[in-house]
Amino acid sequence: MNIDTRLLKNEERAVFALRSLYEKYGYAQYKMGKFEEYDLYVRNKDFLVSDHIITFTDTNGKLMALKPDVTLSIIKNSKDTEKHIQKVYYNENVYRVSKSTDSYREIMQTGLECIGAIDDYCIYEVLSLAAESLKVISEDFVLDISHMGIVSKLISGLDLSIDDEKEFIKCLGEKNAHQIAEICRMAECDDETKDKILSLVTLYGSGKDVIEKLKGKFMNECSEEIGQLEMLISLLESAGFSDKIHIDFSVTNNLGYYNGIVFKGFVNGIFEEILSGGQYDKLMKKMNRKSRAIGFAVYADTLERLGETKREFDVDTIILYDETSDISMLNDAVKMMTSAGKSVMAQKQIPSKIKYRQLLKLNEKGVEMLENNA
Amino acid sequence: MLNVALPKGRLGEKVYDMFEKAGFECPSIRENSRKLIFENFEKGVRYFWVKPSDVAIYVERGAADIGVAGKDILLEYEPDIYELLDLGFGKCKMAVAAKKDFRDNPRRTLKVATKFSNIAKNYYASLGRDIDIIHLNGSIEIAPILGLSDVIVDIVETGTTLKENNLEVTETIVPISARLIANKASFKFKSDEIEKITESLARQTEDKND
Repeated sequence: MNIDTRLLKNEERAVFALRSLYEKYGYAQYKMGKFEEYDLYVRNKDFLVSDHIITFTDTNGKLMALKPDVTLSIIKNSKDTEKHIQKVYYNENVYRVSKSTDSYREIMQTGLECIGAIDDYCIYEVLSLAAESLKVISEDFVLDISHMGIVSKLISGLDLSIDDEKEFIKCLGEKNAHQIAEICRMAECDDETKDKILSLVTLYGSGKDVIEKLKGKFMNECSEEIGQLEMLISLLESAGFSDKIHIDFSVTNNLGYYNGIVFKGFVNGIFEEILSGGQYDKLMKKMNRKSRAIGFAVYADTLERLGETKREFDVDTIILYDETSDISMLNDAVKMMTSAGKSVMAQKQIPSKIKYRQLLKLNEKGVEMLENNA
Repeated sequence: MLNVALPKGRLGEKVYDMFEKAGFECPSIRENSRKLIFENFEKGVRYFWVKPSDVAIYVERGAADIGVAGKDILLEYEPDIYELLDLGFGKCKMAVAAKKDFRDNPRRTLKVATKFSNIAKNYYASLGRDIDIIHLNGSIEIAPILGLSDVIVDIVETGTTLKENNLEVTETIVPISARLIANKASFKFKSDEIEKITESLARQTEDKND
């Protein structure tokens, strides 16, 4: 089979490149059905991006759902492993409500998951694959990394109610320092803690700079987490990603599911995140698994907006014929052009708003050139 | 090029003054014209005037890198953006108001007229109160007078409009003021400019408060 790669759309090309990247590191493709029992999602509703799910009743009376998420299904079908790590990647369609239109959309999602005895090397590998994935899409990218361990340690000092904790995480995600100051005031925390928390909100920048600042302020309570971040950042830097990796504590994920490293990827030219992931040991525990896990997803549908190039011509040649034309002559003319690698459209009339290089007309003697725009 | 969405009107003009002081001037914006977009290539900045309630949409979707929007708009639409700064002006509050002689009957569903359905819904959900939302686009104050609703949820600045219509504030939901917001992806790729503006605006806000 001969495939013309020029015809591939941005997102299709990216998905192929990502698949070969993940295969190269020994990740096996994970293929799954479109449906899953609704029950799985009800029990872990907060894990999902949106709680709207398309459901239907199967022939046996069971309530089923069109998959809004892939990770939960992978965990459900995983086995606990203590020594090795299951490495899988997927390329699936999921069904979610789009916020802007408030209606369901089919979203193409590619990603990978590691489940098992996760260690620092594995976390590094996932982070570096996240960076590589972004690089496949565009050279101009940023991977923001945060550590939920540091965030949760600081929050625990505030003794917040569940609602306030949610509000805190939301404000942290918005870099909303003024609201967090208000939460600290309500929680009656001392000035030193407040100062620390506020500095976390505004900390942003290249890995090395932020690590130094973190060491200055948080070394007492978070030495383990800072050590892990430093190790990961220096490995990523030696892999050539130094100016692409930032530490940003506004990368937040649900504290109930995620624990250690969390990260998000951005590409210049796309207005929203295109990659999101993290370590979710707590979710594993909730699903009665002893293993630990880390993974990420690439939102391939957002790539549609990247580097849109306008097509100069819709078709190379339009060949006009009429009722009196000889069909075999028309066929010969079309064949000749397609075999020369040109696209050709046989029409009785020129369709409106179409751009063509050449306009030909078929008459009794042969083909006559009417227009040449090339 | 840094794209800035400004809310049309007095608030927007005040905001532009602050941006100018921060070193991102664009003199052509002061000329009286019907133009909506103004550029200063030298400073690498482009301003545009949009409807105040649309600023958050321009920023969330990346047509603008940063902008200034009222907290009411952010609470109502809940855009996925960074809220970098409370600018401390355009102050007012989101409040519940009712006729002066209104007495709430908690056994009945409360009829609430408002432009801010989402804020009203979230507020009453937090109280565990069952409500019926009547979404209106303006002249909210007459809803209780005509018996269309029991109460209204709306922005209250001075309270004059309420008083003139024989209404009074019964509960304050949240204080409102203008906020500097930024698109999340733009922040990564234009962080130097955005941080420079945020710092300068923060200083100007503090100076005013002192």
